[in-house]
Amino acid sequence: MAVKGILKEGEYYDSVTLMLVARDVLALEGVEDAAVVMGTEQNKSILETSGILLDMFKNAIDSDLLIAVKAKDEATCDAAIQKAKELLTSRHSKMQETGEYMPKSLEGAVDFLPDANMVIISLAGKYAGDEAMKALKKGLHVMLFSDNVTIETEIELKQYGKEHGLLVMGPDCGTAIINGAPLCFANVVNRGDIGIVAASGTGLQEVSAVISNEGAGISQAIGTGGRDVKKDVGGIMFIEGIKALEEDPETKYIALVSKPPHPEVLKKVASLIKTEIKKPVVGIFLGGDPKVVEEAGAIPANTLEEAGLIASSLSKGKSMDEFKQLLEEREKELLNLAEKESKNKTATQKFVRGLYTGGTLCDEAMLISRTIIGEVYGNAPLNPQFKLEDSWRSKENTFVDLGEDEFTVGRPHPMIDFTLRNKKILEEANDKEVAVILLDVVLGYGSNMKPGDELNPIIKQAKKSAEADGRNITFVCTITGTDKDPQGRGKVKQQLEDAGALIMPSNAAASKLASYIVKNIGGVK
Amino acid sequence: MRKISDLFKQELQVINIGLVSFKESLEDVGVKVIQVDWRPSAATDDETRDALQKLLGSK
Repeated sequence: MAVKGILKEGEYYDSVTLMLVARDVLALEGVEDAAVVMGTEQNKSILETSGILLDMFKNAIDSDLLIAVKAKDEATCDAAIQKAKELLTSRHSKMQETGEYMPKSLEGAVDFLPDANMVIISLAGKYAGDEAMKALKKGLHVMLFSDNVTIETEIELKQYGKEHGLLVMGPDCGTAIINGAPLCFANVVNRGDIGIVAASGTGLQEVSAVISNEGAGISQAIGTGGRDVKKDVGGIMFIEGIKALEEDPETKYIALVSKPPHPEVLKKVASLIKTEIKKPVVGIFLGGDPKVVEEAGAIPANTLEEAGLIASSLSKGKSMDEFKQLLEEREKELLNLAEKESKNKTATQKFVRGLYTGGTLCDEAMLISRTIIGEVYGNAPLNPQFKLEDSWRSKENTFVDLGEDEFTVGRPHPMIDFTLRNKKILEEANDKEVAVILLDVVLGYGSNMKPGDELNPIIKQAKKSAEADGRNITFVCTITGTDKDPQGRGKVKQQLEDAGALIMPSNAAASKLASYIVKNIGGVK
Repeated sequence: MRKISDLFKQELQVINIGLVSFKESLEDVGVKVIQVDWRPSAATDDETRDALQKLLGSK
């Protein structure tokens, strides 16, 4: 085995580009391990752990590019390094070919685009706060995709934003839809009269996609980042967002999406709704008490889907009974389907394995399943007693959030790169105790562009290997997205159905179906 | 005084600092966007960086 590498001073690439290049290099024959990273302290320590921190990397700094390859022999290492260089060059020249002017700084960008009004920042956390404050001081709204920004910086940025009438979405804000434009990870939805404020990215995606698929639409969808509704930040942007939607003439209805806010924040939100908000408000605080939402003067929803359906009903002037009827009919269908799927399981097949890429979707699935099959194990379970000892090894009923840090170090988010989940699907399918595999597929910009192409063969392979052992595994999938998304929900649905998966209209329906099957076959603990 | 809701009446124009894919998806839906060719400054230790910013008056 040989290890070789190169260091290129002052050559900077963003992390997703680097990870995608590393993935292609890793796929080369004879390559055991590969890293294509900037020379940060954190990256150097990852290389050290992997045993590929070459001496020449030890004094590298953040602006140095490091390429390291471990392979069967030196020639394979050289070829892999060459390949990495080519992939990176092709990325650079693509930008150059289009002859685009790329300013080196925010100041330069403002000179070039003087009417700019929004800055999206996705740098490493330690640089992101400074750039965000620079943008605010120039009177620009900010979407801060980066995480690892300190709470002090977040408060400082949001206070400044509040005082100057500027949005500060994030840190760790993955999704927003402003003036019809999907920002970062967002779906392409109908425009309409429903405004959303969300402290949860995939929660926002699920609600906005349900609304759009129901034929209603979104005016604005403001993300705040999950920490906004915690005690320290005190809901600064959640509250400013609601106020902004109240002032917006295009918004007729407001939907709020979050995990339960801190009680003090909730009190502020409730007081705001009661005293200043004239527009109808629908609220889903996942895992919170719906009564609290009601007391705040909002219409409570039990699931993300329900929040979307209520808002759509209001927008289309339909009565609330219609969506309730839809859900009741759906419930009957789910029970029938569960009955059918329960019949083809062997005596050993008892449990469900949920392999999620969306954190909030995983939370919602656990909340729903808990009412049907009890607590489930996971890497981020609702009940800490059900935390897996080893996140990589499922146990009984298990739901894992593959977007958690422990799975994402050194690789792109599982919504982009399916490699890890595909591997997990095949592993779970070989477990004789598994009856159901539950998957989320999140469409939209930022996500994997060909989810159907990637998942179809994996599902087929997993089903086939289980069948060879006399077992039938039910695949239940939820697809968050719309037909307007670049991937096309209808197309992806067809591809997954072709592989034998059952596609549900929402995450709530998918987690119910999976749980009903498990309940029928006695997998309840 | 400026309000957040004023943004909703304007044409969205974006400056993107970081992942290039965010710029590409905005272009795809017809939003004006410019990419900053951002890179970390060679002075990466916090002390030097803070001192530099102070000197340059950017903080």
